[in-house]
Amino acid sequence: MTISHSSIVENAVDATARATPVSVARRVRGLSDRAIAWLFIAPAIILLLAINIFPLIWAIYLSFTNYRANRPNAPVQGVGLGNYQRVLNDPDIWQAMQTTAHFVFWTILLQTVIGFSLAYLIDRKFRGHAFWTTIILIPMMLSPAVVGNFWRFLYEPQIGLFAYAVSLVSGIPTSDIQMLGNVTLAPWAIIIVDTWMWTPYVMLICLAGLRSIPDYIYEAAEVDRASPWRQFWSITVPMALPFIMLAVLFRGIENFKMFDMVTLLTGGGPGSVTEVASITLKRVAFESWATGRASAFAIVLFVAVFGLANIYVKALNRVKQR
Amino acid sequence: MTAANSAHSVVEPNRSSKRIAGTIVILYALITLIPLVWIFLTSIKSPPDSISYPPKIVFTPSLEGYCNLFTTRTRQTPDYIASLPAPAGTCEEVTRKRNMVIAGPSNFLPRFINSLVIAFGSTFLAVFLGTLAAYGFSRFKVPLADDLLFFILSTRMMPPIAVAIPIYLMYRELGLSDTAVGMILLYTAVNVSLAVWLLKGFIDEIPREYEEAAMIDGYTRLQAFRKVVLPQATTGIAATAIFCLIFAWNEYAFAALLTSGEAQTAPPFIPTIIGEGGQDWPAVAAGTTIFLIPILVFTILLRKQLLRGITFGAVRK
Repeated sequence: MTISHSSIVENAVDATARATPVSVARRVRGLSDRAIAWLFIAPAIILLLAINIFPLIWAIYLSFTNYRANRPNAPVQGVGLGNYQRVLNDPDIWQAMQTTAHFVFWTILLQTVIGFSLAYLIDRKFRGHAFWTTIILIPMMLSPAVVGNFWRFLYEPQIGLFAYAVSLVSGIPTSDIQMLGNVTLAPWAIIIVDTWMWTPYVMLICLAGLRSIPDYIYEAAEVDRASPWRQFWSITVPMALPFIMLAVLFRGIENFKMFDMVTLLTGGGPGSVTEVASITLKRVAFESWATGRASAFAIVLFVAVFGLANIYVKALNRVKQR
Repeated sequence: MTAANSAHSVVEPNRSSKRIAGTIVILYALITLIPLVWIFLTSIKSPPDSISYPPKIVFTPSLEGYCNLFTTRTRQTPDYIASLPAPAGTCEEVTRKRNMVIAGPSNFLPRFINSLVIAFGSTFLAVFLGTLAAYGFSRFKVPLADDLLFFILSTRMMPPIAVAIPIYLMYRELGLSDTAVGMILLYTAVNVSLAVWLLKGFIDEIPREYEEAAMIDGYTRLQAFRKVVLPQATTGIAATAIFCLIFAWNEYAFAALLTSGEAQTAPPFIPTIIGEGGQDWPAVAAGTTIFLIPILVFTILLRKQLLRGITFGAVRK
């Protein structure tokens, strides 16, 4: 369906471009703006309906059943709210949510502080700032899974560069720097990699915010002899705040879904200290094959993110209007 | 941060504050680069060098990692190796030193080609559909436009694993599991929401008067779109394409769950490269290096559009 729609549009555009057969041109010319609007929007919407909304509705349906994807022929029974009850009463799932919240909090805090500071420094426009900005951007372009896998090597206590460098600086023997095997250190190992990867993203958005502040405001402050410190807190921060909040929103949504990097670095371990929601979800769905329960969990997650994002966007709009 | 705060003015940063800012940023950039440089260095080490302690910075470069990445090998006795004719190429030579012979090609190349086909295919489709939809939303009064746009954005809030369950079932029914077409459609759907949002921002920036003038000159709406709006939106389209490409190239969760052989892309494949007794780090590093190069080159070439893309996306949101 999607394909036929897009090809209609393609043909129509091509036809007009080549100004081929008069009849075609006339037919296209005859299209009303309204028809064109729908012709343009429909393919994207249909694709989203087919690949995003239809599965979502299916997931909602499954969440009320005891369906198991590894037994497609077993009879499916409705279980009412049973799955939701089990999900909301499952201590493992609460633990995973807590772990996720922990990751979201620390990664966002670190990325915002470092990202904004870097943006602030780059905004001084020192010599070569464009070049170094491009260098800093590289990690966010890479695959979290592929790079996460390599970080596992860097963290390796006996052979890895990270443990070696830390041991050189701190004098702690490398055998004690078990980043991925230690219950306390493992979450930080992931937070470090995530911060390495995504600080540039926050930095870019903050840079856009800083560049959007008109110079005349600073000039006026200069005339009033406002101290640089005062300028920073009464002009720079409030003016850039909507952008910072936006970066926090984007990173928050992304890190709520965190999966690939954790899978490759720790797989949720040691024990389950780094088991974030997506990993638990994968376990329930594709290892326990409790498709119905996994769907209920997925819906709970979606509602949570959607709700939080909505509240946050309202706050963001209020800040913007100020 | 403290160093920058002591700047006299933001309007005219003085020399010393610029120098301090520059030093801190360059330092950060260099630290950022270390893991990447290490990936490359590991890719040209021999396996023993790659796992020696302390980590070797000076070593004899070896192509073993790349050879191991592209071939599968079997262990043979030294006597058998000695009885073989002279090695035909570098890889054969390197491999024989470890008492192995090349048994055939590895799966890396097909996985890499899958990545190319799926990433570029879905990027093209997402940008194409996204441009049309963005133009539609930008220029026409679409009923419930705001709701539709929000709905489009909200499709990105679902964790991939959550959507993967029903998509897995759906694809199983439709015979799309583990096919490039299935993956292209999936990535297109994920990217189209971003594409619509980014491109709407860019197209909103292009004055309507341009098309109106063109239509007064006798162009149809579609001609005006193609000959006036599209050329103006090139930068935005390029920026959007980079973002879509980065996503599709790097995606792991869907690829790991929905593909296993035929259509598997490089991200789930690279971590599975193992040698004798564990992960073959030089080969993994070689695969990682090769996998990073296209996106790196592409991004550096188009970095200006990238900067514009993310800022526009941010301003428009």
